[in-house]
Amino acid sequence: MTPAVLAALVGAALVGLGLYGLIVHPHPLRKLLAFNLVGSGAFLVFGMVARRGAAAGLAFDPVPQAMVITGIVVAFAASALAVALVLRLFATSGRVDLDPRVWTRPDDDSSTS
Amino acid sequence: MSIQTFLDIALALLVIGVAVWTIVARDLFVAVVAYAVYGLFLALVWIRMYAPDVALTEAAVGGGVTGVLLVAAGKRLDMSAIDIDRQKPSTTLAILAAGCSILFAGVLMIVILSLPAPAPTLAPQAAAAASGPGAGLGNPITAVLMSYRSFDTMLEKVVLILAVVGVWSVGADQAWGAAPAPFGPDRPYDALVFLAKALAPVGAIIGFHIFWTGADAPGGAFQGGALLAAMWMVALMARLIELPRIDARWLRLALVAGPAVFLAVGIAGAMLAGSFFAYPSAFAKPLILSIEAFMVLSIAVALTMLVAGPPYRKGAP
Repeated sequence: MTPAVLAALVGAALVGLGLYGLIVHPHPLRKLLAFNLVGSGAFLVFGMVARRGAAAGLAFDPVPQAMVITGIVVAFAASALAVALVLRLFATSGRVDLDPRVWTRPDDDSSTS
Repeated sequence: MSIQTFLDIALALLVIGVAVWTIVARDLFVAVVAYAVYGLFLALVWIRMYAPDVALTEAAVGGGVTGVLLVAAGKRLDMSAIDIDRQKPSTTLAILAAGCSILFAGVLMIVILSLPAPAPTLAPQAAAAASGPGAGLGNPITAVLMSYRSFDTMLEKVVLILAVVGVWSVGADQAWGAAPAPFGPDRPYDALVFLAKALAPVGAIIGFHIFWTGADAPGGAFQGGALLAAMWMVALMARLIELPRIDARWLRLALVAGPAVFLAVGIAGAMLAGSFFAYPSAFAKPLILSIEAFMVLSIAVALTMLVAGPPYRKGAP
């Protein structure tokens, strides 16, 4: 097994791990961490595709690698936006629940403020 | 098995171990710190995949800058984690979720092991873009980013600007136009001030070097820009400088300079070189390097402003 295939299998495991975290964690920041794990796992699979495409005297196919570089930066931009939204939710309401039932519970006065 | 195989397997186990730690950690802040560590280990995996450019990006953006963003957010949200833990799903649901995730990862692994051979590749086209007319770049990744897929790279800068606009717009109405909340404490530790004074100039030079050398060796505008952003953040944390107001004209010009210059050169290429985003072959390399110089500026400013967050004014809700 080449290092690239091993890394891609790690990537697949990371996707599964992230998926699990995304489902079971109620906290939005934990969900964001899990989502980033899924993303980096997908990038690793892409890295193996790049390594398999070695040709024309290059040890890798530069196109998927360039797309991963673009992807890492875009993933960061999306994470920053998500963090800003969560922090704003916390600043205005004092809580970060994503469960709509929490906000509509009648004895909960924070939903009206 | 050679020693390298053992090292590869150890690294793989380490990455998965840290990833498991981010998911199962009880404390929100511990999970966030584990994620920052995870980004750095992942950079080592990328080196083993013959991808030093990706490794640099992963270490600088995926581990470093994302780490700062999440650690800062985790610190501010630590209190919120206490009462939300009551909503933890039942054990049955957790087992069901684990089963689905394992199934998904398993199918993905089978797909990975049964990919068709020979593998499809765009390497010949990319190599042609690197050495053919209109480029002359030694680093094929930079050639792909700046020549073969230049439109994507330009639009990615636009995505960064849109994210900055999005982050700014979640601030309070009364705070509009003000500077984001300061990075560090009002009275930073002396050690932090010393670190910033010693590290920031050296780091900035390394950042410029990584950008400049990116034409022919691993490196480039993203990696250099991320390093410059990190050095700016270090100086901000030590309060050597303050964050600019978000309505400052120079800040907005710096944000749009990269994609604007890129687009202008692209449109000029349509008239002078025959197609949109084509470079006249006589001076393609200086043209690409000058676009990248403006991109480094925009990337450094955008990353820092994304970490800094929305404008802030004391007392505004």
